[in-house]
Amino acid sequence: MLLQYIAIAILIFLSTALAGLVIVLGELFGPRVKTNVKSMPYESGMTPIGPGTRRMPVRFYLIAMLFILFDIEIIFLLPWAVVFRKLGVFGLVEMLIFILILLVGYLYAWKKGALEWE
Amino acid sequence: MIPLSWYLILSAALFSLGLFGVLARKNAVAILLGIELMLNAVNVNLVAFWRYGNLTSIAGQVFAIIVFAVSAAEVAVGLALVISVYRRRKTIVADEIDMLKW
Amino acid sequence: MTPLQLVFLLTAALTLVAAFRVVTTRNLVHAALWLVVTLFGVAVLFVLLNAPFLAVVQVVVYIGAIAVLFIFAIMLTRREMRDQGAQLNKGWWAAALVSLLTFGGLFWLTRSWDGFTRTAAPLPTGQDTLSALGKALVSPDAFVLPFEIASVLLLAALVGAVYVAYREK
Repeated sequence: MLLQYIAIAILIFLSTALAGLVIVLGELFGPRVKTNVKSMPYESGMTPIGPGTRRMPVRFYLIAMLFILFDIEIIFLLPWAVVFRKLGVFGLVEMLIFILILLVGYLYAWKKGALEWE
Repeated sequence: MIPLSWYLILSAALFSLGLFGVLARKNAVAILLGIELMLNAVNVNLVAFWRYGNLTSIAGQVFAIIVFAVSAAEVAVGLALVISVYRRRKTIVADEIDMLKW
Repeated sequence: MTPLQLVFLLTAALTLVAAFRVVTTRNLVHAALWLVVTLFGVAVLFVLLNAPFLAVVQVVVYIGAIAVLFIFAIMLTRREMRDQGAQLNKGWWAAALVSLLTFGGLFWLTRSWDGFTRTAAPLPTGQDTLSALGKALVSPDAFVLPFEIASVLLLAALVGAVYVAYREK
């Protein structure tokens, strides 16, 4: 029964093992010359501007939050879609109500300007 | 086979750890992390009771899905509140946010 | 000990250790990453419980969205109490006591129930859990009301969170 998950288990094992192996080999064989320039944060080759831990704009949070709420919609849509044909018109109407209610929130976020990125 | 008790003990332990996080942490975001642990413990319990109970009823899994929706809503609003409080008060220590209005 | 039990014990140990790190580690970004490990352990438990759909949902929604939202929120707020000072309240020992008592109480309560050591009945063949779930969510004699109310809850959360977090320019 659980044998069908063996591929995922092998994938997890191999990816962890490979990552660990690369780190260990790099530690063992890589030359280590520490200079000030080398220990700077990497910023595509240019000299870093300011600390790397500065605050991010709240836009990122808003986008991630909108993503979550519509992600939740998926977990209701998927089981419904599997049996969509058997449910007939009634199931369709119910899902339309569900989506319309959430659409109100989408319109609100849109009107409010939460989707814009300047 | 795995007896039901194993799942129940695991979820009780997970719930207690989450409770400890909620009660003991200073940072408001860390308190929300503790709540996530508690919600996950509940989900483990719900699905375990579905699996070990009457399999013809799907109620346990439906409840688990509702818990997913509730926890997403809770995280979205909770973190929005934390961010908003941080912007106005420059603190996210839960003990310092003790006035309803100022 | 069967292989299944071994898988359970390993997963349980990983989940609990990660959960312990979530509530005790000083650096909040690390706490969020430990939360990802915990959530993954719970996903494996869902697989062990023959609920593959919930396992996928756990990975997609919890790890893919909620944990990422936590990391964003931590990065938005972390400047003040980065790693300096105590991360736990002064009364943390009382909190530890309360949670130990909760664990003991839950353990005692479930132990006194006679279904405690029940083992799982084999899954009936030919029953598709996912389509049963789909039917239960929209059929009027099952969970259609919670299903529609969930959308209202999500709407309220969306409007509320946008209103609270968004700042007019």
